[in-house]
Amino acid sequence: MSILFESTRCISCKKCAAVCPGSLITVDETARIEHPERCWGCASCVKECPVQAIGLYLGEDVGGKGGRMTARQESTLLHWQIAKSDGTSETITVDLKDSNKY
Amino acid sequence: MESKIITTDFLIIGGGTAGCYAALTFCEHSDKKVLIVEKAGIKRSGCLAAGVNAINAYISAGHSPQDYVDYAVRDAGGIARRDLLLSMSEGLNRTVRKLEALGLTILKDENGGYVTRGWRNIKINGERIKPILAEAVKNQSQIGILERVNVFEYIVKDNQILGALAVSIDEPIFYTIYAKTVLCATGGASGLYKPNNPGFSRHKMWYPPFNTGAGYAMGIRAGAEMTSFEMRFVALRCKDTIAPTGTLAQGVGAKQINAKGEVYESKYGVTTSQRIYGTVRENADGNGPCYLKTTGITPAQDEELKKAYLNMCPSQTLKWIENGKNPSDENVEIEGTEPYIVGGHTASGYWIGNDRQTTISGLFAAGDVAGGCPQKYVTGAFAEGELAAIAAAEHIGQARAVPVDQMGIANTKRWLEGFLGRSQSDIITDTLEDEMQSAMDRYAGGISQNYSCDEECLQTALQKISGIERKLPLLSANNMRELLYILELRERLTLCKSVIAHLSVRKETRWHIFAERRDYPDKRKEFECFINSRLVGGELEVIKRELI
Repeated sequence: MSILFESTRCISCKKCAAVCPGSLITVDETARIEHPERCWGCASCVKECPVQAIGLYLGEDVGGKGGRMTARQESTLLHWQIAKSDGTSETITVDLKDSNKY
Repeated sequence: MESKIITTDFLIIGGGTAGCYAALTFCEHSDKKVLIVEKAGIKRSGCLAAGVNAINAYISAGHSPQDYVDYAVRDAGGIARRDLLLSMSEGLNRTVRKLEALGLTILKDENGGYVTRGWRNIKINGERIKPILAEAVKNQSQIGILERVNVFEYIVKDNQILGALAVSIDEPIFYTIYAKTVLCATGGASGLYKPNNPGFSRHKMWYPPFNTGAGYAMGIRAGAEMTSFEMRFVALRCKDTIAPTGTLAQGVGAKQINAKGEVYESKYGVTTSQRIYGTVRENADGNGPCYLKTTGITPAQDEELKKAYLNMCPSQTLKWIENGKNPSDENVEIEGTEPYIVGGHTASGYWIGNDRQTTISGLFAAGDVAGGCPQKYVTGAFAEGELAAIAAAEHIGQARAVPVDQMGIANTKRWLEGFLGRSQSDIITDTLEDEMQSAMDRYAGGISQNYSCDEECLQTALQKISGIERKLPLLSANNMRELLYILELRERLTLCKSVIAHLSVRKETRWHIFAERRDYPDKRKEFECFINSRLVGGELEVIKRELI
């Protein structure tokens, strides 16, 4: 469970670094995580990134298959995009004004 | 390291659930200064980082706070403080209304009432619960916030709290923070035991891997009386992602089944620990793996589940999509986590009064570090933060001026500088952490032992942990981040010794899994009491306290 940065997209806004509950992200020219194995997988940074440069993935040791998950916030909507290793992708939109049904 | 001195009236250590709520409450009762010191950023720090699936401690219509007390005492096998539970339960609904006013989405029925999930739970969208709380704190100008600063030691003289010592996690800065009163709200402890996935995904765990038991360890070292560390917490979770199971069990009625498809929960009971015990037993008896039976749910339920998990644990949704299998196609495998020490779910933590004051004058505790009051969940931590803040506001006027031991503080600073100034050591902090987790796993009831232990194993665990502790002074730190990891390891080792001592004293099995003694497999009347401890002259003194 960890995150991957797409450095060509990163705009060095440092929002991810400010929000990481483990303070694991450093930003020089672009953002990076020095110790990906220390990541909790909470996705706080993924949701905070304004340019979808951070992808959440499952480590192979917990059955990860190479998929990446990014998020884009639009008002109260959170669009989650899951890019699968076969090149296809799926988007799920959650309205933060809607309660969980379960 | 550069020295910085800060003076405040009310110091809050930890800007998580309880700490943030306490800061807001304090401002309603006092115009004195308040400072939150947090080792990360308060927007997403603590247990609520990813969000929360529901409010799990709420008193719905037709029920009373006393009902909640009875439920929590029953779940804890009788070892819980009724006085603390009642004062907490009385505050639960008030805190929900406050969070709703701050912007939390809560599901309502056509009459405007909250929609419940069972009598204690209400449905929400909890993805933004922590940002909402943090924003309220940031908007309150009376509250000072010091982020990315790690508090590691109290300043105590004559059993009175005078402040705390801290270090920046980025720059070589040593903080001495003086305060008239202090609230410890650091959360509980993960990482004492070898985790479910000790490799790359070792931090994919239930509890925040960044909650390292600082509050417990500071209290132990300062001589505070602590309670019930033997009552460990193990959560039943989805395998691999360690995602919550309650949404499946309560949301779509998924039953726990074994590999033969048999519903086994009726054989073992449905308290928190019995649900995990059943799963462990079924596996041990050759009936595993165990699952939550989700096959057969509707496509609409699939979609709602994926959304619900995105709001609290997105990795589970990622797993379903990556595998191309919905929960309706495939049952969800479940497992117990490694044990944690967490007073929000069990009774572990500071021994406190009903005002949440610890046995150290002027030091209060709330949330996961506060003992005796299990089943708090989020709202219970809020309620405790509220109680502690009100009492702290009153206490400020009574605080006596006591001279501080400046020599001691200077020595502590030099001790830290020793780690930074030392040439690269052969001994690595992470290696010692692995050693500690392996010792706890093997000898103090970890996953590999089906959570059970016996006296001889516990004594071995103590020897091993003491041995690791002796290697601590040999560690070196290249920067402040590495110094933080040394301090966190030290906290965990301090706490491990207390956990082992408590497990050793409770010579019975009152709670399966949480404190499972192979050599004492049954409940014993003489242990219908609290097991407390206090460090006196470097030795841990155990005290049995009557039930309250």
